[in-house]
Amino acid sequence: MKIIVTDMDGKSHELPAEEDWSVMEIIRDHGIPILAQCGGSCACATCHVYVDAAWQDKLPEANEEEIGMLDGAFDVQKNSRLACQIVFNSSLDGLTLTLAPGSV
Amino acid sequence: MEKHHTDVIIVGAGPVGLFAVFELGLYDMKAHLVDILDKPGGQCAELYPEKPIYDIPAIPVCTGAELVARLMEQIKPFHPTFHLGQMAEKLEKTPEGKWQLTTDAGTVLEAPVVVIAAGGGSFMPKKPPLKNIEAFEGQSVFYAVRKRENFRGKNIVVAGGGDSALDWALNLQPLAGRITLLHRRDDFRAAPDSVGKMREMVAEKKMDLVIAQLLDVKGDGGQLSSLVVKPEGAEAYDVACDTLLAFYGLTMKLGPVANFGLNLHENLIPVNTADFESSEARIFAIGDINAYPGKLKLILSGFHEAALMAKKAFAYVYPDRKYRFQYTTSSSDLQNKLGLEKAA
Ligand SMILES: Cc1cc2nc3c(=O)[nH]c(=O)nc-3n(C[C@H](O)[C@H](O)[C@H](O)COP(=O)(O)OP(=O)(O)OC[C@H]3O[C@@H](n4cnc5c(N)ncnc54)[C@H](O)[C@@H]3O)c2cc1C
Ligand code: FES
Repeated sequence: MKIIVTDMDGKSHELPAEEDWSVMEIIRDHGIPILAQCGGSCACATCHVYVDAAWQDKLPEANEEEIGMLDGAFDVQKNSRLACQIVFNSSLDGLTLTLAPGSV
Repeated sequence: MEKHHTDVIIVGAGPVGLFAVFELGLYDMKAHLVDILDKPGGQCAELYPEKPIYDIPAIPVCTGAELVARLMEQIKPFHPTFHLGQMAEKLEKTPEGKWQLTTDAGTVLEAPVVVIAAGGGSFMPKKPPLKNIEAFEGQSVFYAVRKRENFRGKNIVVAGGGDSALDWALNLQPLAGRITLLHRRDDFRAAPDSVGKMREMVAEKKMDLVIAQLLDVKGDGGQLSSLVVKPEGAEAYDVACDTLLAFYGLTMKLGPVANFGLNLHENLIPVNTADFESSEARIFAIGDINAYPGKLKLILSGFHEAALMAKKAFAYVYPDRKYRFQYTTSSSDLQNKLGLEKAA
């Protein structure tokens, strides 16, 4: 299983993904720079990503806390999410996303 | 200029800096703490006051705010002095071999020992990632209000949707020329009372509310003339203004500690694990800011580090006295210091 991440330089990375790990952790553990300052506690908004349109509806909706935390992010779009709040599972195999400004 | 002499200067009043006051106090060392936040507690107070912590030994659960309140109670007998809302900016050696720390507010502290408990760095406002914004900072773009009077008569946009944005929009409304509140969605994570007041003012046309995101800043020579904003699903447009106050929350950056002359490794301070002293004698680093093989960035690690640091600091502060290991349970000496009745 894998996720596909485009970094801030526009470079695409295919990363092996394991179930029950957050997408932020998968990105960070593969050495792709991502600030994720609060370590995944939905308390910093520095793991802001744009989820590819094709995947938007396949993700569980963001809860109120995540939406609120996105207030501290910039250039928030309809497909904006906090990577630490997306828990990877087999239904997300191939998930494609792009790091957003402020996440590195 | 305000100058204080003390035994130990602690940079950072997070949980680890606070507990250091306790460990130092048990051995008669007085401490002054400096923190850029306007409250003690570091990450626990600023990032997660309401969230539960489960791994503080012997406290099955407490929130970030509760942990800070308990630490403040625990260190009360030692009367620490806090210099809050101040950035520890400069660290120099005095001719007598002591350390002198100067804050951005001009406070000067002098002590034989410095403890850096700066955690993930100093809390600083998040800045919008716009390439030209720096040219305006300090002149027409601000991330905090230092002097309210400076905003009199201004045409101000306050950006953000939390308590800081709402509080300042309301606070400055009576003296501003015009206030516009700018937020990305029509929902505010602020005290319901302030949200209510803001809505009232908007209804009475005493304040403008723009639901859009900040795309760009325009102006000349550091003076803002307008902001480019974009509502969801609509075209971007300009909002004329002469001042932007942006409240997008805080982020942690190493800050001035980088210039203290210490060895750094990936923005952390390497220490030895016998006493958590840095590359510089009499300067210690404890809590999230230090690095050593096996380090875990946990509050309990910082507490342990504080105890070992205090033992070595004692040798510097009281070179003529012998360190005696004692238990708080049985030592009447320690209990006296804690302000307790003599043990039976
Ligand atoms: C959401 C979240 C949940 C967490 N949960 C847990 C948990 O369950 N258990 C656990 O053990 N840990 C947890 N942590 C980690 C824990 O909060 C940190 O390990 C702890 O706060 C570190 O304490 P500290 O005192 O070293 O630094 P901090 O708490 O980071 O405090 C450092 C302080 O120093 C100040 N400072 C720095 N430089 C300067 C300067 N130059 N001038 C003035 N002030 C300065 C900063 O403003 C800050 O207030 C969590 C962290 C987060 C974000
Ligand atoms: S890592 Fe801080 S919100 Fe995701």
